[in-house]
Amino acid sequence: MGKQPAAIIGIGQTHHRAKRLDVSMAGLCREAIDRALLDANLTLDDIDAIVVGKAPDLFEGVMMPELFLAEALGAAGKPLLRVHTAGSVGGSTAIVASSLVQAGVHKRVLTVAYEKQSESNAMWALSVPLPFNMPVHAGAGGYFAPHVRSYIRRSGAPNHIGAIVAAKDRNNALKNPYAHLHNEGTTVESVMASQMLWDPIRYDETCPSSDGACALVIVDEDTAKSSPNPAWIHGTVMRSEATTAAERDQVNPQAGRDAAAALWKQAGITNPIEEIDAAEIYVPFSWFEPMWLENLGFAAEGDGWKLTEAGETAMTGKIPVNCSGGVLSSNPIGASGMLRFGEAALQVRGAAGEHQVDGVRRALGHAYGGGSQFFAMWVVGSEKPTN
Amino acid sequence: MSRTLQAPVTVAFDYTRSTGPVVGRFLSGLRDGVVVGGRTSAGEVVVPPLEFDPVTHEATTEFVEVSSVGTVTSWTWVPEPVKGQPFDRPFAFALVTLDGADVPLLHALDVSSPAEVSSGMRVRVRWAAERFGHINDIACFEPLAPGETEAAAPVAASSEPVTGVVTTVSLDYNYAASPEESLFYRGLNEGRIMGQRCPTCEKVYVPPRSACPADGTPTEEEVELSQTGTITTFCIVNVPFLGQKITPPYVSAYVLLDGADIAVLHLILGVPADEVRMGMRVKAVWKPKDEWAYSLENIDHFAPTGDPDAEFDTYKQHL
Repeated sequence: MGKQPAAIIGIGQTHHRAKRLDVSMAGLCREAIDRALLDANLTLDDIDAIVVGKAPDLFEGVMMPELFLAEALGAAGKPLLRVHTAGSVGGSTAIVASSLVQAGVHKRVLTVAYEKQSESNAMWALSVPLPFNMPVHAGAGGYFAPHVRSYIRRSGAPNHIGAIVAAKDRNNALKNPYAHLHNEGTTVESVMASQMLWDPIRYDETCPSSDGACALVIVDEDTAKSSPNPAWIHGTVMRSEATTAAERDQVNPQAGRDAAAALWKQAGITNPIEEIDAAEIYVPFSWFEPMWLENLGFAAEGDGWKLTEAGETAMTGKIPVNCSGGVLSSNPIGASGMLRFGEAALQVRGAAGEHQVDGVRRALGHAYGGGSQFFAMWVVGSEKPTN
Repeated sequence: MSRTLQAPVTVAFDYTRSTGPVVGRFLSGLRDGVVVGGRTSAGEVVVPPLEFDPVTHEATTEFVEVSSVGTVTSWTWVPEPVKGQPFDRPFAFALVTLDGADVPLLHALDVSSPAEVSSGMRVRVRWAAERFGHINDIACFEPLAPGETEAAAPVAASSEPVTGVVTTVSLDYNYAASPEESLFYRGLNEGRIMGQRCPTCEKVYVPPRSACPADGTPTEEEVELSQTGTITTFCIVNVPFLGQKITPPYVSAYVLLDGADIAVLHLILGVPADEVRMGMRVKAVWKPKDEWAYSLENIDHFAPTGDPDAEFDTYKQHL
């Protein structure tokens, strides 16, 4: 027996903010869950299993938060799983949830991912000095900035490509009421004029620090009949690689390339840029848009920035990327990957509101995490897959 | 001599918790000297209130003030208290069902011996002198003598609703370096930079790993590396952050030592930050010998050698 068809029929997210001091972690998750269940026209009683994801425990200082959250997530009497793959966790959590349906184990699975960054300080949590070592680490930006510099050198991209991405995503976010940042009037020039934080990464080219959650209801074929517009899962892939290895390519990681190749094959896609109508790609620092365009096979190596520069990743372009505003506009870390997966599903359901691209048939959701070490991605479609 | 080097490390942070309306209502009550429970859809009064009903899953909205006097339903004796516990002398942890509540609350009970505790005994809240909306606003429970009633709660300074609490976390670890890393740090204490070569792929790792990350082969052959190398890529850190040890701006660079197949991350000085280049040749600058320890910090920084830059092709596979 092969995979059972599975579809997303409920999508919910919070209004992402720097500080959601009005709700607890449980309350934050429930905002997203309640919206997803309402969208799916189901209640928690209809759910067979719950899969929860969040980024490292040090972010909120709660070890194994799934223990105290179980009740609020409606997990009493049901299987509850927690997934963790660093920044990609929102994506891998959705994939674990979908696999429970595709395997025929459960019919209706609720998945939720969250981060409440205001409870702590992610930069601190990612830079705890260890004995014997050189304390030169400087958070995620400090980690990724040298690799962005490598990309610029290897590809010969002009310096303003990152600013084009940032201006595009911030303007897209104006069309998304849930986005954290609503920075009116962001332009390439204003991004270029913003403070250089981790040279070559500028302030406006970095993601914000957000409180937020995202939830999805993933169901089997029978249950999906109740939905007017299910988003069918056409392929899911996760891949990992060593964080540090001699001559590891951190600009165009092997695990990402392998994952993308496997994903396109699963989804029956031979020419991604022609066959994918919208993409939600995990871009926490602007330059990762062209880097991942290449890693995913939307462009040849060294050519990703040309798509960005030509406006092909704008909402009106050949491959609209991050119409929701992306991670650059909302970054509740643990939820950021699931938001990419959920926004891709919204696009194929025609339910993305003001940031909807016309006639999306197939969309990509993508997340990465760790030191570009974990990759999770899916393709969703408006039609049931034929494979 | 131990094969491995060890050192203490403390991970500490004051986490700021948002309570949400339900737990906030409970904590506001404690601050005001009142114990507040929540009523479930089954009609039970639960202390502290549940954020969401276990049956209907709806948020708890009905709150009930219960007595601060109750009955011990079960208990355990703590003969040797540890850091962070309510008392530094032996005490009991007790489950106490307060009058008006249907399920017990866990807290400390201040008695001097286990002979003074029994299930069914009557106890009351001893309020903390200063209360600000925290479970420790209940200092502990204490036995209720015949004829006694609820203890008085001194008036608290604030009456604003409690919306958050600070949770101090401080974890003490003993950090142990692997035998291979210990080789590396001991070398640094002698002014040498030691790596290991993988017998399968022949790549030289610095610091040495226990096993090659690419093929999993245990690495044994020791290699002393050059103190000169090439900057493959770098970033200029302009951003200050909590816990930072080096004052920004500083250049954090990957330095590929001659003879190594993986770059180490280190600090670049001796050149203005905006003049640091990919391919720049640099050498280790050591701290004075009397400051050395088992640490990569023995190398104070890397500084330019003044030699011509390395060709891009010589290090591009390391980007």
